[in-house]
Amino acid sequence: MNAVLRTVLQRLGLGVLTLFVVSIIIFSTIEMLPGDFAKAILGQSATPETVAAFQREIGLDRSAPVRYLEWIGGVLQGDFGNSFASAGALGGGQERSVLSLVAPRLANTLFLAAMAAIIAVPLALALGMLAALYRNSVFDRIVNLTTLTSISVPEFFVAYILMLFLAVKFPIFYSLASVSADTPFMERVVRCALPAMTLVLVIVAHMMRMTRAAIINLLASPYIEMSRLKGLSPSRIIYHHALPNAWAPIANVIALNLAYLIVGVVVVEVVFVYPGIGQLMVDAVSRRDIPVVQACALIFAIAYILLNLLADIASIVTNPRLLHPR
Amino acid sequence: MTDAPDSKPVQPEDALLAEAAPAPRQRSRWETAWRELRRAPLSAQIGLIVIVCYIILGVFAPVIAPYPENELVGSQYEPWSDEFVFGTDQLGRDMLSRLIFGARNTIGIAFVTTILAFAIGGSLGLLASILGGWADQALGRAVDVLMAIPLLIFALVLLSIVGTSLINLIVIIAVLDSTRVFRLSRAVSMNVVVMDFVEAARLQGEGLGWIMTREILPNIMPPLVAEFGLRFCFVFLTISALSFLGLGIQPPAADWGSMVRENATLINYGDITPLLPAGAIALLTVAVNFVVDWFLHKTSGLKE
Repeated sequence: MNAVLRTVLQRLGLGVLTLFVVSIIIFSTIEMLPGDFAKAILGQSATPETVAAFQREIGLDRSAPVRYLEWIGGVLQGDFGNSFASAGALGGGQERSVLSLVAPRLANTLFLAAMAAIIAVPLALALGMLAALYRNSVFDRIVNLTTLTSISVPEFFVAYILMLFLAVKFPIFYSLASVSADTPFMERVVRCALPAMTLVLVIVAHMMRMTRAAIINLLASPYIEMSRLKGLSPSRIIYHHALPNAWAPIANVIALNLAYLIVGVVVVEVVFVYPGIGQLMVDAVSRRDIPVVQACALIFAIAYILLNLLADIASIVTNPRLLHPR
Repeated sequence: MTDAPDSKPVQPEDALLAEAAPAPRQRSRWETAWRELRRAPLSAQIGLIVIVCYIILGVFAPVIAPYPENELVGSQYEPWSDEFVFGTDQLGRDMLSRLIFGARNTIGIAFVTTILAFAIGGSLGLLASILGGWADQALGRAVDVLMAIPLLIFALVLLSIVGTSLINLIVIIAVLDSTRVFRLSRAVSMNVVVMDFVEAARLQGEGLGWIMTREILPNIMPPLVAEFGLRFCFVFLTISALSFLGLGIQPPAADWGSMVRENATLINYGDITPLLPAGAIALLTVAVNFVVDWFLHKTSGLKE
């Protein structure tokens, strides 16, 4: 058990270090801004005074390390600063904190991602295992060809096809996933059906291909062949010999694909005009609202790093070689 | 950066090899290739045909397209007719012509980006494996950090800083994607670096450039070529996604991702026109994937 604990702690430490470095990268992007950036944000008519005031507000008059410490200190307390969108009206416009923009949308995105994951994970694992067990059968070939096709098409293609058939030609679901804070749960599920379905289709293909490859890899290992040669029943081979070693690759597959959801969610939210964090980020990028972009990027990066961390930890704690040291 | 010196010799050298040694061989390279192609599975053959069609469309776009790329030839959103095969777009430009020009722009940009990514990632990967030690560690850790942020998210952050222009787009995607190329080229070249002939070349006093391009590169070509196909698909999809979000290739250039976005409202009236550019993207990536799948099988000598 000691070995497991030590490896897990090491991995956790590495995760924290990665988070730290990534936060520095995301923060320091603001250092790369061109000099006339304030003008671009405030508009050509900005007076030198407003430009100076704006630069003071985003703290360009202090050194970068000091600003980083202030920023990360704020982030740890849930304060991401103010949106640039309010800076345009420095004189009298009201300030909008990034947090007030991000928080409700983050909840929406998490809801959509969770909905997609709950459907996709069991489905993909089951299909992947079946394809691996009945390798080279007709079922396997069909599944292989369809998944290869669906991982290579863009998300918006899948999304619009679903929209065309399930919302326009046969109006079963809503083509736009507009929800607000007080939408009741069931209504929310129905409105999110199409975006969730798109995400499911996209990640199921990835996930089941990886599951299939992992299981096939496992079944090809010598100790499985050995157990087969000594005449064990198939169920005993699967449950007793294969499964204990399969948790690690399966956990990896799940975490990697949930991380993939992060990217998919950005495009899908834009297609269905879903008020989530992905759409917020895309809007912020085109408005060059850097504080919002940084906050969104940090949230996506944290989710991504945590999922990878989880996958690694899951594979460590289920590794029979570490659990039963000699 | 050291991207220029090793990216160029890749193809000329291959051609040179084929020309230099025709005499002792029974079949020429082309004949072998042709034989392999005829024996390839149906999916790979279809894939190749599709790819060739796209290339022809892209190269001869001005000849094939019925109307110029950016001319307003009709009114907005005209339906499909004899005059405008796929109707017109939101400004009244011919959809079919823009689809054809889109082949040139979208594929061309993705191709250039992938080449750049391979030039950067490939040369750094080779360098890391040859130099080893400190340089290898530094490059490896830098790549780890870059890969800790999802590519699309990182690209969005950088685009918000430097603004959306074509050059920015190509450089950002190429640099971010080169991390994946770095990983692969370093890993495969690690197996070659330890071989005796590399040691011999070193003792002979050959320079770094020679060892990279003449000793190692030819031996790691097959996995790199397959990876090129996969990376191209990935880059192509990423750029299309960014264009779709309005942050990639900028109007008025005809580009499939932006065309989907611009005409998306038509979907709500049951019109499938916006699906055409999306389908064009999908068809090409599927075709490339089919060919890569076959190529991987071929060069890895039956992996499963």
